[in-house]
Amino acid sequence: MKKLLVGALAATTALCGSVGLASAGEYDGVTINILTRPGPVIAGRIKDRGAEFEKATGAKIVVNEVPFAEIFQKIQTDWTTGTNSIDVGVFAAGWGVELDAAGLLEDMDPYIAKDTKLDPADIAPYFREFGQKIGGKTKMLMLDGDFQMVYYRTDILAKNNLQPPKTWEDYVAVAAAINGQDMNGDGQADYGSCIFKKRNAQSYFAIQTVAASFVQTKGTAQGFHFDNATMNPIVNNEAWKKAFELYKETGKYGPPEELNHDIGDTRAVVKAGRCGLTIDWGDPGPLQIEADAGAIKGKLYALAAVGTKEVLDRATGKLVPVSAETAPYAIDGVNYAPFAAFGGWAGAINAKADAKKKQASYDFLSYMNQAAQSNVDVTLGWTGYNAYRLSQLTNLEPWEKAGFPKELAENYLGAINGALNNPNMASDFKIPGAQSYSGIVLDRELARYLAGEITVDEALKNIEDGWNEITDDFGRDNQIAAQGLALGASQ
Amino acid sequence: MAKNTYNNQPGKSPAGLPPGETWGEWFDRHARTFFIAPAVVLILIFAIFPTFYSIVFALSRVKFTPNGLQFRFVWFQNFQKQFTGAEQVHFLGKLDGMGAFGWIFFLATTALAIWWFARSFGRTSWVGLVGRFISMAGFIGVSLLLSATLLSGSSWGTLLTTLFYVVIGCLLQFVIGTGLAFLCSQPISGKNFFRVVFFIPLMITPLGVGYAFKMILDVTKGPFQPFLEWVGLGSWAWSADVWAARWFVVGGDSWQWIPFIFIVMLAALENVPKDHVEAAQVDGASSVQIFREIIWPQVVPVAATVILIRMIEAFKIVDLPNIMTGGGPGIATESISLQSMFLWRANDYGQSAAVAYLLLLLTVVLCASFFNYVVLRQLRKVHA
Repeated sequence: MKKLLVGALAATTALCGSVGLASAGEYDGVTINILTRPGPVIAGRIKDRGAEFEKATGAKIVVNEVPFAEIFQKIQTDWTTGTNSIDVGVFAAGWGVELDAAGLLEDMDPYIAKDTKLDPADIAPYFREFGQKIGGKTKMLMLDGDFQMVYYRTDILAKNNLQPPKTWEDYVAVAAAINGQDMNGDGQADYGSCIFKKRNAQSYFAIQTVAASFVQTKGTAQGFHFDNATMNPIVNNEAWKKAFELYKETGKYGPPEELNHDIGDTRAVVKAGRCGLTIDWGDPGPLQIEADAGAIKGKLYALAAVGTKEVLDRATGKLVPVSAETAPYAIDGVNYAPFAAFGGWAGAINAKADAKKKQASYDFLSYMNQAAQSNVDVTLGWTGYNAYRLSQLTNLEPWEKAGFPKELAENYLGAINGALNNPNMASDFKIPGAQSYSGIVLDRELARYLAGEITVDEALKNIEDGWNEITDDFGRDNQIAAQGLALGASQ
Repeated sequence: MAKNTYNNQPGKSPAGLPPGETWGEWFDRHARTFFIAPAVVLILIFAIFPTFYSIVFALSRVKFTPNGLQFRFVWFQNFQKQFTGAEQVHFLGKLDGMGAFGWIFFLATTALAIWWFARSFGRTSWVGLVGRFISMAGFIGVSLLLSATLLSGSSWGTLLTTLFYVVIGCLLQFVIGTGLAFLCSQPISGKNFFRVVFFIPLMITPLGVGYAFKMILDVTKGPFQPFLEWVGLGSWAWSADVWAARWFVVGGDSWQWIPFIFIVMLAALENVPKDHVEAAQVDGASSVQIFREIIWPQVVPVAATVILIRMIEAFKIVDLPNIMTGGGPGIATESISLQSMFLWRANDYGQSAAVAYLLLLLTVVLCASFFNYVVLRQLRKVHA
């Protein structure tokens, strides 16, 4: 019943939103090919909104779905080789830099200047200035806002007189304490912690969530992957080593097949009420109010970040205690660095598409981004879209309408706002080769360490060598400039 | 009067044709060429050209620019990376020095290979010697890798994982497939039913087999979960165990390919003349003797050939490890094809092509060696 109501609300909102679109029939005969990830998540809502857009303007929206790991490669190949079968790519905001460096992305600023419905001021500054812009120009429109947060089961922690974890050591301790308890009343032993650790999936984001607070202490511009002046990796040190070790230790309290679990597998176990703690993007917030998540409804609370009491001394590569000097943004002796993993799903337009297609593509992306549509979409867990507009982050009403208990909505939005407003928020890679640095090298060496094939020291050395190799491939000076631009733009 | 088109008298030929030949006769004479030409052209365009073009990729670093792909010639750097560079651990394995057992194995196998090569002098042509030298070098290389990784307690890379799938997989499939074929060639009731049932897995796409095995072997929701719980293995996960994961991939691959061996060997077994078997039975030979002395010598050329075909196919294994484990845990189940695919997916076309060429080289050396020293020998015995 609730789904029906939400659906009706969505349709009504859509019709209202469509009033501001290009006039009916203006794009008759225009087909917009969009490429993104498969399944209902992300692609599903684009199809739904595409049908509405077609009804209002005549433009046909065709969604092409490819496996997550192939999205970037397909778009880059299609747009550089002149195939140009794709008009719009919907991918991680951080990936846009490499495409833009090859001149493949349309500048959207002229379109935005004429758009009266977008209301860019309502897009949270981080996503508007960092996610959407490259070199000061808007090259993408956000459809989603992404941070990785830590979720905990309030009922399980309360039952065990435990406080939500403040540090990663606390996380492991809480996971150990509650592991093996029955958390959903089915009589089976459940898990203290569930994290997706499969290779070629999303594990490399979760490890960065753990590492960020050990490495980054002096604000977003500092970064936590490289020495920005030289682009030498700052990965082969005690901070990343500690992060790797803690990350591996969480596996002791997770599902036996955790090394083969991707995000879908992990969310299924979380929704079944079998996990006490988890790391995830914003999705579990709304996912817990879905009909098949009865075991966790209203019980899964979010933390903007978990931190550390020791941080990296970059000069020595050693861990040192948090102090006013070593971690000026620390709170109560704990350094936090909420990680903007992935950067959010964003839509970009092929610069080589013809003018009418580009205008139609922009109008469609704008339609999805506008508050009338996105304020509904972000409250539905299955869409995969998380909040990125100020109106979504400050107004409880749409969330309560979607079925959130008030306290849960306050906690959820509070966690996202806490992450967004943290001056030490950690940015994902946003330089050419972003996918290679993280999705290939970091992911592979992490997987080998988790599988026991190599030691943590070997893994970190391999990552250091691999990152240096990628930097040299793209040109060290070019990468230094790109890194400065990426992190500077976010300030 | 109508012109006699069947006139055999020599006349003046059209321009450009040999004297006394008509266009029709010229076309007849070149019919073979005309019929084959389209196929040859298609092969040149779709197989030979890409193969040679990929050499350009293998010797370059490829960048994406607004004007398309930009090639920077790097000679053999993409190959060197696999042997001594950043990808060494990935491709060859972790080479941290050899243990005592590794040294013993390596020296023993190397001595064996050198002895085998030395005794070829005077028995074969110089071309044969070159071939044997390549086989010997390949054998010593694999022996060195095995000694430095598996036998010295280190993890191995995609090269040995691929050889594991090829050697163990083909062996397992051949033994089971031939066994089933032998059973179905006997006068047992319902054998036609079993023939169909045993053949079905071959008709399923490898992708489907991968997903089916992944679901069946799921230790938290799969059908064997209650059994695993009952025997105390409730918290055991095959996908997190390096060797279990490799064996389960081989299991899935074998389930699909045993029918291929089965159907070919069944045909071979049914072609063995019955009178030979009956004569042996009349002479009082036991079943084992009949199989060893009568049946096996007649099917062994087919057996050698079917193993060769299966080996060539097995080198290309990619779907099953990709679906079942994603190449994990770590890189434990990653084959060379999968490594190449992952590199391609990361837009590293140069390294992807280089790895693919290394796979081609490995396949050619191993399969050519097997063909020369096993298949041809069996065929010569038959014709002797």
